[in-house]
Amino acid sequence: MTDQVQKILEIADDELILGWRNSEWTGIAPLLEEDVAFSSIAQNEIGHARALYERAAQELGTTADELAFDRSPEEYRCSRLVQLRLVPDWAATIARHYLYETADEERIGVLKQSEDAELAGLAAKIDREEAYHRMHAQMWFERLHDEPRFKAALDELQPLLDVRGEHTPEFATLWEEMTSVRRSLAGATW
Amino acid sequence: MIYEVFRQERKGQAFAHAGSVEAPNEEFAEAYAREQYGRRGESTALWVAPRDAVHEIDDFADELRKNYHRVDGYPLKEKLGKARELAAKGPRGLSAGAG
Repeated sequence: MTDQVQKILEIADDELILGWRNSEWTGIAPLLEEDVAFSSIAQNEIGHARALYERAAQELGTTADELAFDRSPEEYRCSRLVQLRLVPDWAATIARHYLYETADEERIGVLKQSEDAELAGLAAKIDREEAYHRMHAQMWFERLHDEPRFKAALDELQPLLDVRGEHTPEFATLWEEMTSVRRSLAGATW
Repeated sequence: MIYEVFRQERKGQAFAHAGSVEAPNEEFAEAYAREQYGRRGESTALWVAPRDAVHEIDDFADELRKNYHRVDGYPLKEKLGKARELAAKGPRGLSAGAG
C-alpha cells in the first residue's frame, strides 16, 4: 500500500467514524435546528468517507463497502479522537468537532495540492462542504470558548487527535454495530 | 430568538415564506436556515430576518365593499355563473341567437 493510499484511508476512516459518532446526536441534539444541522454534517462526513474509500478501492482492487465494513477493527486507521462516544456531552462533542475540523482543513488543503488531478478535484469538492462544517464549528467555538466545561474538554481531547492505530474499547462496540448488517447478510451494501 | 426564513426557488422569482428557525443569534440563524432550506438545492437564495423585524398588518378597512379597488377587479365569477345558468335553460337564454 502506498503512502498516499494509506493517507486516504486514514481520512476516510476518520470521516466514517466521526460521521457515525455525530449521528448519535440525531433526535437528541440541544435544539431542533441544531439536530438538523449536526445530522446533516454527520451525513456529509459519511459521504466524504464513501468517496475516499471508493478512491482507495480503485488502487487496492477492492470496493468501498469492503474497506468500510469488512476489515477487522484493528485495521482501521482512525484517530483516537473520533472513536470516543461523547453523547450526551455536548460541550465535549463541540470541542471534538472544533479540533477535528481545524486539523482536517489542513490535510484536505494538502490533498487539494496533489499532482493527481482527480484526487485534487475530490479534495476540493470535499473542502467546499467542509467549509460549512468549519463555519458551524467556529460559531459554536465562539459561543462556548469561555465555558470551563468546553475548555476542559478541549484540553482533554487535543492530545488524542494524532493518536492512531490504538483502539478504545468503545470502538469495538461501534465496529460491532456498524458492521452488523454487513456481517449478517453477505453482500449488503450501504 | 425566532428568525423568519424566506426562500427564492429560482432566480428572478419572488421570495416566499419558507418557515422559521430558532437560533441564539444571526450567525446561527443563517447556518440553520442554510441547513433547513438550502442544502438540497431547493433555493437559489434565502432571506433571514428576526421575527420582530417583520411587521404584520392584518386590519384592512373595506366598509363600503368597494371591490373595484381590488387588483382582481370586478368579481366575474357570480355573473358568469348566472350567465351559464341562463344558457343551460335553452333558446330563451343567452344561446338564443345560435338557434
